[in-house]
Formats: sequence, C-alpha cells, structure tokens
Amino acid sequence: MDGLNRVPVREQAAAERAHNFDEVCLGYSLEEARAEASRCLQCKNPKCQTGCPVNIDIPRFIAKIGEGDVEGAYHVISEYSALPAICGRVCPQESQCEAKCIRGIKGDAVSIGKLERFTADYAREHDIRPSVNAEKKGKKVAVIGSGPAGLTCAGDLAKMGYEVTIFEALHEPGGVLVYGIPEFRLPKETVVKNEIENVKALGVKIETNVVIGKSVTIDELLDEEGFDAVFIGSGAGLPKFMGIPGENANGVFSANEYLTRNNLMKAFTEGYGTPIAAGKKVAVVGGGNVAMDAARTALRLGATVYIVYRRGEAELPARVEEVHHAKEEGVIFKLLTNPKEILTDENGWVKGMRCVEMELGEPDASGRRRPVEKAGSEFTLELDTVIMSLGTSPNPLISSATKGLEVNERGCIAADGEDGSTSRKAVFAGGDAVTGAATVILAMGAGKAAAKGIDAYLSGNK
Amino acid sequence: MYEIVEKRQLSDSIVLMEVRAERVAKSCLPGQFVIVRTDETGERIPLTICDYCREKKTVTIVFQVVGASTLRMAELKKGDFFRDFVGPLGRNCEWIDEPVSELKQKKILFVAGGVGTAPVYPQVKWMQEHGVSVDCIIGARTKGLIILEEEMRAVAGNLYIATDDGSYGFKGNVNDRIRALVEEEKKSYDLVIAIGPMIMMKFVCLLTKEFGIPTIVSMNPIMVDGTGMCGACRVSVGGEVKFACVDGPEFDGHLVDFDQAMKRQQMYKTAEGRRYLEAQEGATHHGGCGHCE
Repeated sequence: MDGLNRVPVREQAAAERAHNFDEVCLGYSLEEARAEASRCLQCKNPKCQTGCPVNIDIPRFIAKIGEGDVEGAYHVISEYSALPAICGRVCPQESQCEAKCIRGIKGDAVSIGKLERFTADYAREHDIRPSVNAEKKGKKVAVIGSGPAGLTCAGDLAKMGYEVTIFEALHEPGGVLVYGIPEFRLPKETVVKNEIENVKALGVKIETNVVIGKSVTIDELLDEEGFDAVFIGSGAGLPKFMGIPGENANGVFSANEYLTRNNLMKAFTEGYGTPIAAGKKVAVVGGGNVAMDAARTALRLGATVYIVYRRGEAELPARVEEVHHAKEEGVIFKLLTNPKEILTDENGWVKGMRCVEMELGEPDASGRRRPVEKAGSEFTLELDTVIMSLGTSPNPLISSATKGLEVNERGCIAADGEDGSTSRKAVFAGGDAVTGAATVILAMGAGKAAAKGIDAYLSGNK
Repeated sequence: MYEIVEKRQLSDSIVLMEVRAERVAKSCLPGQFVIVRTDETGERIPLTICDYCREKKTVTIVFQVVGASTLRMAELKKGDFFRDFVGPLGRNCEWIDEPVSELKQKKILFVAGGVGTAPVYPQVKWMQEHGVSVDCIIGARTKGLIILEEEMRAVAGNLYIATDDGSYGFKGNVNDRIRALVEEEKKSYDLVIAIGPMIMMKFVCLLTKEFGIPTIVSMNPIMVDGTGMCGACRVSVGGEVKFACVDGPEFDGHLVDFDQAMKRQQMYKTAEGRRYLEAQEGATHHGGCGHCE
C-alpha cells in the first residue's frame, strides 16, 4: 500500500439500511484501525490538532493505536474530550482536523474521525473509563442543559475537583444527542448513554425534569441552593417556520418535533405510547444536517421523501457525507426550489405544496449566491407531510427569567468566546445558546472554554 | 420519581391525583401546567395544574381517560410513582400580575366546562385568598360529570351549575347560563375566563364578543416537550403564530382561531383512539373502531 488511500470503513448497504434504524457506519476493526493509524506521518508540528475545536493531541492518540495500545489512545483523547464516541461519529472532520492533514495534499487525509470512534468504541466494549484523581475544591457549579456543551463543561469541571450538578429540562439527559440526532447516526442506548455514564462516573450529578427559568431560576440556584457559578448550555431549541400559508395544517411539523417524536419518544418503536404520523409522501424543507436527519428518518418509516432547498447542491449546508448517504438511500433532492404555499384538504390535512423554481443571483450578506424566483416555474408537489427544517434559535425561557443577562438581537446570550463569561457575575454560557444553531464539537469547545473560565473565576484569578 | 400521595375518582372517567413534586409545588402559579409521564415508554402528557400545596410540596392534577396513555395513568394507585413530572410550564394567569386592588374592582365570571373545572379551581381559589369575590359557572353534559363542586363552592362568590340534560342545576349549556345571567339576572361582567373543551370555549367567546366582555381561554393543544422546542402546540392568535406552551396556555379568546385549533387537535385522534380501543378490548378488538386497516 502506498498510503495515499485511507482504509475504507465498512457500512450497511444502502438498500438494506433504508429500512432500518441501525447505524449506517460499522466502524474499523483493530487491524483496520492499526493499518489506518500507520498512515499518520506523526508531524512535528501537527496541523490537524489546530483544526480541532477541543485541541486533541491527535498524533499522540493515533501513535498509541499504531502500537496496539488502544487503552492508551483512549486516555490521551480523554484528556481533551468527554465524548469521543459521539465526536467520532458526528463531527465534521472533513472541514476540521482532516482538512488540515498533510496526507490530504496528495491522497486521502488520515481518517481521524473513524480512528477516534474506534478508540471510544473499543474503550466502551472493554469497560475502560476515564480516570479521576482531582482534589475536591469544595465549590458547586450548576450546569444548565445536558447536551454537548453542558456535558463537556460538567466533565471538565468535575475533573478539576468541582461539585457539579447538571439540570436537564427533558426526561432524558443528552440534549440534541438524544432528541435530535437519529439512532442510525448516533446509537442512543450504547453510545450516548455510555458517554453520559462516563461523565457521571466523574462525579457529575444529573437532575432531569428541571426547566430553568420555570422550575427554579438562576438567581435561586446562586442565592438559595448554594451554587458558586452557573454555566448555561441550553442550546438552540426554538424552531423556525416559513410564514407561508397552510403552515399550521395537520401534517406540517418542525424538524424538531418530527425528530423528537422519533428519537426521544421512540414513536417508531413498538410498545411506546407516543404517536407519529409517519407520512407516505414527505417533503423536508431545508438543506442542513437536521434536514438530512429528518429526511432519512421519514425514509426509514417507509415514505417517499423529497428535500426541498432553495439553493443549489454546492450551497447545501449539510455535511457531504450526510448528503451522500441520503442520496444513496433514495432521498429525492429538489434543489433550487422554494415552497410558496402548503395546500390542504377539507379536513385541514396537507395534500400538497406549491413550489417555485429558483436560480442563483448575486452573492448576499452571507457570501452565498442569493436565490431568486424563476418566473412562471411554479409547480405542485403532491404530499401528505411537510417537515420544516429551517434552523433553530435559542429558547428565551432562561434569558427572560434572568435579570441582567444580556442577549443579542437574535436572542443569543452574549458571552465571551474565550472564557464564556456573560454580563452577569458568576454566570457563564456557551454552545448553541450563544452562537445559535451550530455543531456538536463547537458546543463542546465552548463548554471546555467556559470550564476554564469558571475555574479561573472561582480560583479568584478573575 | 414522583409519588402519588392521594387519588380520588371524581367521575367514572375523571381522576384526581395529588403528586409530590417539590420543585413544581414551590414555584407554580394558577394558569400553569405540568407534563407527566407514567413510565419509560409513556407519552409526555400535558395537564393544567388543579391545585398545589407549598408546605406539603404537592401538586394536584385532574385528568379524563380519553386514550391509551390516560388509561395507563388512571391505573396508577396511591403510593405509586410517576416517572416524570416536570413544570411549572407556560405563563401564569396574566391577572396575577395586576394589583389586587384593581382586581377587586372588577366583576369576573369563570366558566368551567367538564374536566376544565380543574384548571379553573386554582384561579378561583387564588382570587378568594386575595379577597376577590368572583362568580363561577360549572357546566357538563350530565350530573355525573360535574366535578369539584364542593371545593368550588367554598371559594367562589356565586356558583352556578348547568347540565345539558337538566339532571342537575340549570338545564342548558354554559352559554345558556351566561346569557341568563347577563340578560335576565342583569349581571354585568368586566372579564370572563373560560376553560373547557375547545368547542365550548369557541362558543363562549362568540357570545362574550356579542356582549363585549373581554375573555381569556386556556388552550391545551398537542404538545411534546412543553418548553418551546417542537412547535406542535402552535395556535393562531390574532393572525400570529403562538406556541401555547411558552406564550400561553392562556390567550385572548376573541383572537384565537378555534377552527384551526380544533382541526389540529384531531391530528392523532385515530392513532390514539386505535391504541385505546386495542388496550380496552385486547384480543377481542376486531376493527370495530373503523380505524384499523
């Protein structure tokens, strides 16, 4: 082998997986992982590490795999990340660590994501846990939200010796990892639960069914419940709608609702109480990762599925791998197409969607070419279900119930990118609650930065 | 886990439960709701709070068995536990934030329909505790479905009962009773708060609009998370889309699009109804429901 090509990873065949919720990617075996690890050039000045939002020492963990010391590799990653089995699956490595890999200049970049995933899965299968040896600091930190930002922040603080309690509004911890990302991309029982158990093993307590701002306020946590600092990692959960006619018809869902019914409430599983109108002809409006997740979920529930997106293929915000998988499975892409109106029958159910074709004009403020309507190109898609996947914004529940906590015009909490500090003393924030909807790894990076910020604050260094 | 410390059957199909839920009991106010889940596989069920006791750290809920999930709830006994009990969700009644002295100047009529009497009760009780005397109508199809009468009588200024079949109290629906109060008994009201089935609230609002009385209603649409995340509970209010879970559940009844809300409420009727009948009839269910394929 000349080392130009990466060791391919085994996947479930498209025709088969389009009908089940099992994971698409099957991951490396030890032999495959060692072969892939041997492609790493062990750069003196590793560019890949600079591409990682949590700054994992990538060459060091890959070297350990190469030596066959997977446990050692796991402990290297654990110094930086509390959620490697998750990151190895959902990080956009192609635009982060792997984008910087020297191997990628001529040939394939080292498959860093798949190696991280292999390491974390191996650790889980061999019951290897992260180690804790911190001296207790005697101070309490409340973490709001148990998604990627909260879990990372909590894990890091626990490792430093803080007493941490996570408050979660839903009945299961995990945030978007549990309600948003589907089973076939991120298995809940094995992968997500185990990562959460690892965070708990560090001493972190998790209290579910607590809606901060309603059940208890941040001021009460600080003044009455004895917390010394608070981290807000409540994400961006508020769905957007288009504001077109017919949007409140029966059979129109936000992607959040459709995915939550499936992923969190397990509506597709026999024996669970939550119903879902699965749909036979489904259009998902939007082109991001969440749109792909919703489309591939509907497909697995037996529907014919369209992605309706107003720009072109090159502008799709979803990861290339997700688009590729969706196409392989049979999702039909209606690109350069914009919905105008949702049509309903006499009982208020969706029966179709009137759309118009678009073409790309001049670049807009985002730098992407602005789509404009093609005159006379209107047509109707016959449908029974429409899923709106237009992005989400932060929920105002916390900010509106916390005096003196500044938010920007988009409703995002104003927080310092370096240390997560906000306009309120002892209150820190990070992740989607601050940036608006972004990725799991960026939220983790923010949780990590805030953990350092909180430590500095509570150590009296700031 | 949240313990059921008291359970009472209010009618054949209506159940009251007092549940230990420390955080909710400490912070809830009239108008707000909770979401409960019986067990690992259960649905998240939104229920308006019927009463609460800060000392005992308990919250009282009342529900009617209408499907498989509420049937599962009704089977729980005193001493059993809910797996999940989250809240308080939604906004409290708007008038709680008004000065009590101003409330005392107002003539307020509460209209409670069927199981909707439960969410009305804490509001009337709050009024009584703050020295505000209010009138209240409880309406139901028939006598057996009138609930919380004694409790309400203890806190309401005047209590009026109406049954469609005339088996108890005034014969007629709540609208007939409102009309009698206003037109025959020459009562005047500054505010009506109507909570009950969607169809009842719709018609109360049509009538109070005619009388020119501002009217508040409490919406209980389909929900999943109850925190603004899913948007299933969207309601058109004055042409704007509102989420009942975070913007409500109470809205200006004269602005709510009830026809749309009623259509949306039907969304899972067939699926849920099918499960209920299957659960009820077990192996003997042979599609008599008309919903089975």
